[in-house]
Formats: sequence, structure tokens, C-alpha cells
Amino acid sequence: MNALRSLIARDLVLALRAGGGAALALAFFAAVATLVPLGIGPDLKLLARIAAGVLWVAAVLAALLSLDRLFQADFEDGSLDLMALSPLSLEAVALAKIAAHWLSTGLPLTLIAAVLAVAYGLPANGTGALVASLLIGTPAVSAIGGIGAALTLSIRRGGLILPFIVLPLIAPVVIFGSGAVLAVLDGLASGAFLFLAAFSLLAVVLSPFAAAAGVRLNLGS
Amino acid sequence: MTLALDIDKLTCVRAHRVLFEALSLVLTAGAFVSLQGPNGAGKTSLLRIIAGFLTPAAGIVRIRTETGAILTDGEDRARAVGWLGHQDAVKLQLTVGEQLSFWSKLYGDGAAALAPFGLAPLAEVPGQFLSAGQKRRLALARLTLTKRKLWLLDEPLAALDAAGKVLVAQSVRAHCAAGGIAIAATHEPLGVDGLTLHLGGP
Repeated sequence: MNALRSLIARDLVLALRAGGGAALALAFFAAVATLVPLGIGPDLKLLARIAAGVLWVAAVLAALLSLDRLFQADFEDGSLDLMALSPLSLEAVALAKIAAHWLSTGLPLTLIAAVLAVAYGLPANGTGALVASLLIGTPAVSAIGGIGAALTLSIRRGGLILPFIVLPLIAPVVIFGSGAVLAVLDGLASGAFLFLAAFSLLAVVLSPFAAAAGVRLNLGS
Repeated sequence: MTLALDIDKLTCVRAHRVLFEALSLVLTAGAFVSLQGPNGAGKTSLLRIIAGFLTPAAGIVRIRTETGAILTDGEDRARAVGWLGHQDAVKLQLTVGEQLSFWSKLYGDGAAALAPFGLAPLAEVPGQFLSAGQKRRLALARLTLTKRKLWLLDEPLAALDAAGKVLVAQSVRAHCAAGGIAIAATHEPLGVDGLTLHLGGP
């Protein structure tokens, strides 16, 4: 447990210090989310309808920006070899890295989204639903992205291939994440939140195994 | 029970080329092997096979631990290995002290000693300001803190000054004297008594 915690803490420090990528992801998210209302114009009704979709898409793309280096940086400088030899299993290493990615991007993105929703005139219940859906759904983005990052870690410019591997798998999160917000806005009952939670849970539980298999494959090549 | 490494008829094939064939070697506690051979002879591949990263085309590697357990599976062997790769695994954004404290927590062993490796004045210095030799010293300090019994060293002398090279030799000698085994792939003599294994060539 101590080892797991120290790996998460180290990855968090690396993500937050200069050149870490967390700040880049957050800046990208804020830039896209503020530009869209400027491009669409002051149609508050329209903006409130598209808010969840735009913020979800921007959040996923922002998270992908920092995902490609999740394992690659440690692979290139030899740190991943030493992690593989440590008492921690590669599954635990993958889980720690996914957790650190979510803590340094998914969680702050969710908090910033609550502020950015104001620019879209999203009513209070819609903002609450948006924050809840991001909070539940972004762990799945980090987890599934972690599989893609593990598979592409030895490929130079793997970041270009990563979105093609990951985006089809993440699509359900975007569909049900923004769908859940729209259902709340329309006052409809929907199972979107439950599906999102189930999908996210499954992704977080299974991804470390798939990511560890990808890392193992690449370390042995 | 004492520590032992048993390499049995190992064959390594990389990119459809046979690097070495039916290599056998038995080492017991205190043994040091200097692994020599031209570039591309398979020195690093042999170290990676022993560490469990690579699967050999044929043959088997066994490690007998001091408790008597025989480790044949790659992932089990990994837990016995102390690794000094040709890359230093130094993070540019973290200070020397932060890096060593992280690795000591990850490996679950005691505090790292900075002083013997000339790192004490550098504890607060971020990795990006370290010279190549200082990074190598950091890697060496990390290797000793892992308290692993089987050391696999890939070009341990690279980038080190004369004092650094003496430091490597001292560390390896102390490790072997304490009942450990060390295998070093190297182009220049390490200055430690032991076997020499030549890979490749006629």
C-alpha cells in the first residue's frame, strides 16, 4: 500500500511540475470550452443544450493530450524496467499511474467544468448533473486511455495512434455522460447515470490488467 | 541454503538472428562475472533474459534464493534482481533526494545513503542539472538501496570518472563479499576478481 501510494504521489508531482502535461490539458480544456460559446454566439437556449456535449468532448480530448506519455516517459528513461522489478505487480503500477492521471487531469477538469458551465447558461440542476457525470465518467477515460498508452509506449509518436485505439472505447462515456445531463435538463427519467457508473467501474477494474499486459509485451521486445 | 544462479542451455534469438546458443553457467554466492563481447553480441539480451523481461528461444534460468525457493518464472525472478540498466532512470524534474526516497519506498527498503556515492551535496538538486556521471552515481545508489541479491549491471562504468569507477568496483566487491552474485556487461575491466564470459566472436 505504501509503495502504491508513493508511486501515485511521484506521478502527481511529475504531472504538476513544469513539463508535466497536467497544466497543458487543463489549459486546452479551458480554451476550447470558452471558444465554443464565442463561436456560436449569444443564443443561451442553444448553448445550454450543447453545453454538456461540448464540455464532455473537450474533457476527453484534453485527457488524451496527456495520456500518451503515461508509460512512455518511464519506458524511455528506464524507470519502467525498475518498476517491473519492484515488489509491486505491473497491474498495481498501471493502477497507480491511471489513478495519478485521473487525480491530475480528470478531477481538476471536473471542477473547472462547473465554472465553465456558466458561460453556457447551464441551469443549476444541469450543472450539478454535468459535474456528477464528469466525476463518474472521467475515471473510465483515464483507465481506457491507460490501455492505449501501454500498447503504444514503444512507438515513437505513439500519441498519434493512441486516439484511434482509445476513442471508440471511450465513445459510450461521452454518449451517456452528456445524455445524462440532457435527461436532467428535460426532466426525464433515464438510466444514463447508472450505465455510466457501471461502465466506469468495469473500465477501472479491468484496465490495469490490460495495461499491464501491454507493458509486459513492450518490455520484452 | 545459499544463493545460486543456474543458466541452462540458453538460446537467444533476436530479429531472426541467433545471438548465443546453448549457453550454460552456474554461479553461487559471491560470484562475479564480467560479460564481454563486441557490440550486438547479446550482452544486454542475456541480462534482460535473466531479469525476466525477455523470454529465451530455448533454455531455462533458475535462481535459488537464500530461503531455498527455486525461481524459474520470469516475474518471480524479477523480484530477486538488482538492476543497473544502460539508462539511468533519472527524472529531470525531481531532486536527487526525492528520487532516492521514492525508489526506497517502492522497493520497501530502508533509507538511501547519499554520502558514499558523493551525492550528499546534490540532495536538493533536480535531475536536469546533473551530469551524466552524477546520474550514473544516482543509479548506483539506487541499486544498493534495493538490497537485491543478484545484481545485473549493463555498462556500469559508462560516463563515470576515475573515482566513480572505483566506487562501482568497491560496491560490487562488497556485494559479492556479502554473499551476492553480480554479472556486469562491460567493455573495460571492472577491477573485480571473477570469471569472464565472452559472447559472440569466433
